[in-house]
Amino acid sequence: MRKSLVWMTGCLGFALMVPLAMANAWNMPVGVTDVSREIHSLHMIIFWICVVIGVVVFGVMFYSLFRFRRSQGAKASNFHENTTVEVIWTAVPLLILVGMAIPATATLKKMYDASDAELDIMITGQQWRWRYEYLGEDVAFNSNMSTPRAQIQGDEPRGEHYLLEVDEPLVLPVNRKVRFLMTADDVIHSWWVPDLAVKQDTIPGFINENWVRINEPGIYRGQCTELCGMDHGFMPIVVEALEEEEFDAWLAERKEAAEQEAMGVDREWELEELMERGEAVYGSICASCHQAEGQGAPPAFPALADNQQLIDDLDWHLDKILNGVSGSAMPAFRGTLNPVEIAAVTTWTRNAWGNDTGDAVQPAEIAERLSD
Amino acid sequence: MAPKLPPHHPLEQSTSAVAGGQASAHHSPPRGIMRWLLTTNHKEIGSLYLIFSLVMFFIGGIFALVVRAELFQPGLQLVQPEFFNQMTTMHGLIMVFGAVMPAFTGLANWMIPLQVGAPDMALPRLNNFSFWLLPVAFALLLSTMLMPGGGPNFGWTFYAPLSTTYAPPSTTFFILSLHIAGISSILGAINIVATILNMRAPGMRLMDMPLFVWTWLITAFLLIAVMPVLAGVITMMLMDINFGTSFFNAAGGGDPVLFQHLFWFFGHPEVYIMILPAFGIVSAIIPTFARKRLFGYASMVYATASIAVLSFLVWAHHMFVVGLPLVAELFFMYTTMLIAVPTGVKVFNWITTLFRGSITFEPPMLFALAFVVLFTIGGFSGLMLAIAPADFQYHDTYFVVAHFHYVLVPGAVFAIMAGVYYWLPKWTGHYPNVKLSQWHFWLSVIGVNLTFFPMHFSGLAGMPRRIPDYALQFADFNLVSSLGALLFGASQLVFVAVVILCVRGGEKAPAKAWEGAEDLEWSVPSPAPLHTFDTPPNFRPHEH
Repeated sequence: MRKSLVWMTGCLGFALMVPLAMANAWNMPVGVTDVSREIHSLHMIIFWICVVIGVVVFGVMFYSLFRFRRSQGAKASNFHENTTVEVIWTAVPLLILVGMAIPATATLKKMYDASDAELDIMITGQQWRWRYEYLGEDVAFNSNMSTPRAQIQGDEPRGEHYLLEVDEPLVLPVNRKVRFLMTADDVIHSWWVPDLAVKQDTIPGFINENWVRINEPGIYRGQCTELCGMDHGFMPIVVEALEEEEFDAWLAERKEAAEQEAMGVDREWELEELMERGEAVYGSICASCHQAEGQGAPPAFPALADNQQLIDDLDWHLDKILNGVSGSAMPAFRGTLNPVEIAAVTTWTRNAWGNDTGDAVQPAEIAERLSD
Repeated sequence: MAPKLPPHHPLEQSTSAVAGGQASAHHSPPRGIMRWLLTTNHKEIGSLYLIFSLVMFFIGGIFALVVRAELFQPGLQLVQPEFFNQMTTMHGLIMVFGAVMPAFTGLANWMIPLQVGAPDMALPRLNNFSFWLLPVAFALLLSTMLMPGGGPNFGWTFYAPLSTTYAPPSTTFFILSLHIAGISSILGAINIVATILNMRAPGMRLMDMPLFVWTWLITAFLLIAVMPVLAGVITMMLMDINFGTSFFNAAGGGDPVLFQHLFWFFGHPEVYIMILPAFGIVSAIIPTFARKRLFGYASMVYATASIAVLSFLVWAHHMFVVGLPLVAELFFMYTTMLIAVPTGVKVFNWITTLFRGSITFEPPMLFALAFVVLFTIGGFSGLMLAIAPADFQYHDTYFVVAHFHYVLVPGAVFAIMAGVYYWLPKWTGHYPNVKLSQWHFWLSVIGVNLTFFPMHFSGLAGMPRRIPDYALQFADFNLVSSLGALLFGASQLVFVAVVILCVRGGEKAPAKAWEGAEDLEWSVPSPAPLHTFDTPPNFRPHEH
């Protein structure tokens, strides 16, 4: 009777775990690359090994607890040593582990082979956005979370992809080996897309390498997984995998747009034009620290609105934007923004929120400073 | 001074030390607060440690409940991300350094002299000093939350450069408080080693010691080995923040990854520091209530020692995704998997001890059995995490949070509670109230599993750790976790009630409070008088 009770409980527990393990939202995704499939199967193998060991070990334990209760008159025996069983239960787990280590080693070797990539992408983590550069293609952009703050505060209903949506996704081709070169500008971040089974820390001063070859077109979402400060929870990743021809067309279009932008450096810009562009740049780059109304969050993030030094001294202002402030969270933007963007955002911050300097900083002026 | 002992015995020195202590006892002992400030008695200091750790357990627990309350549903409701990060950080720091470690040191202070038949710790004044450093350290740590810019907000692992260049100004005080806590740990560990190696009752060989003593001896060596590494790494942070060095600042030629290597070279042995004494407690309780000697005593000692040695060789398994070379990944994967072997041996030994015993289920036994089951579940997820390729998916998700909470809460914390229930009759002379203890046990077991089991699923489904808000598909798991956490937190109030009631009264306990208990502490009266083993006991080892 008692034995059957133990067996029933064991089987019930086992039966419950099967649907749990199968249901997708409860488990690691299988993913859309060969590597992600291999990782998923390693995960399932080790999971089932643990389940089997667990059933045996806990089975014996609960059997003993039921069978050898003193209330049922159990008398204790006297044995307390047996070298043979000690050797067995040292050796058997060792063999299981060796059996597990072999496929794990093979998969790991594959994950580390980033050779023969057809496309190189530089991924840079910044507080709190990702920057993607298609190396050798002159295409680069920032990718910010696009979920409105009102949804986070609960003032608006939350969308389907709440916190997992961006203004510009990373666009990749399917069936091509893409190499990621990964670094960070400020603190350590970590770039993770579960469906691609790529998780790699991006570390200032280091360039890490990883790669992916996506098998199916689609949209794949992930998040930063290394605590990187205040908005760590709000720097999602969206990868859009396109068919090869579609990808080539997209890349060509982006290259053309980049050339257009480069030509904009030479012409004279109107104040309104600069303000319009600057507001967009400010919203995507600066507002996460200096806040939407330029009020900042002192002492870490100084206010820009009504900042007398900023209003009085254009040189000082440009120096901070171009070169950053060492020892603080303010990065140097000379490498990550183009002259038009820098001119526009400088103009915006010099005229918004009652700063009203009337300055229209020209892209050509910035380009000249950058070439010094 | 009166050495009536056989010549050439290690006890000679310690007896004279105790005689010195008794000489000063001719003056009337100080009363009130001064008694506790100046005490050099191992039992009083042990109680101080335990009370301190209980207070910290509640402070850290309240921080955890703030975190769980914010994560109760999607969106930001109660706190802003800045404060949320301070809560997760302080929860971790307080629980690790303020609750679990001092609780084990408190148990060591109380029980090691009683278990080896010594009159006190080897270095009683140092013992007083190492305790009183702790309130200073944690008052300082907690005060950082009131400083401009707030307290530590970079996680209990405080990875540079988030904890240096980008840290709030209070970080210097955080470093100082950790230094003080570290000194306290090192001094406590030295004292424990000195006591165990020099003050055992005549005739007690190392291989006759109770396993709690053995596991603490090994733990103390781990502490002495790694706390200076922690001190080194936080000193480098201090220099980076205040004196213009660039140990971890890439812009100055430094190396942020070096921080992680140093931190985890301390941090991995540190997690075994928090579990080895738990093994010792469980190895005392299971034989007592199975009324059968511990199976495989010697293999338990060797397994503990191998875990300790391996703990120095596995640190980079916390760093599988920082971009280590392939060879390093393989090395750390293999060594980490190896840890499963001695850990498995321990679990098998406990279960074989139960087999053909004569088992009863008093409160300490309930907690010890829950420890075996739930710690093993934490061990299983640990084995999964050891598989480096799979760790690329698990790393820094709630799967990891589930894993380490399973080994720390129903692992270390349950073992501490088991130890408290086991030794309360010795400390107070009363048995803890059985009904209330059972309520505490069952509420805790249900609460702990409701809190941490769903985290396996949210982690596998893709929820990163340390985020104040999450995507909608994780909502159900988080709701369950938050309710479980509330239940677990509330049920600890029952524990406090049990302890207070037990101090004030209850069923009287005899010297040997549990019929199956064998070690030396059960040969002194209950409650244990302030001074025990003024003359060494007659120790007769088990036949091997």
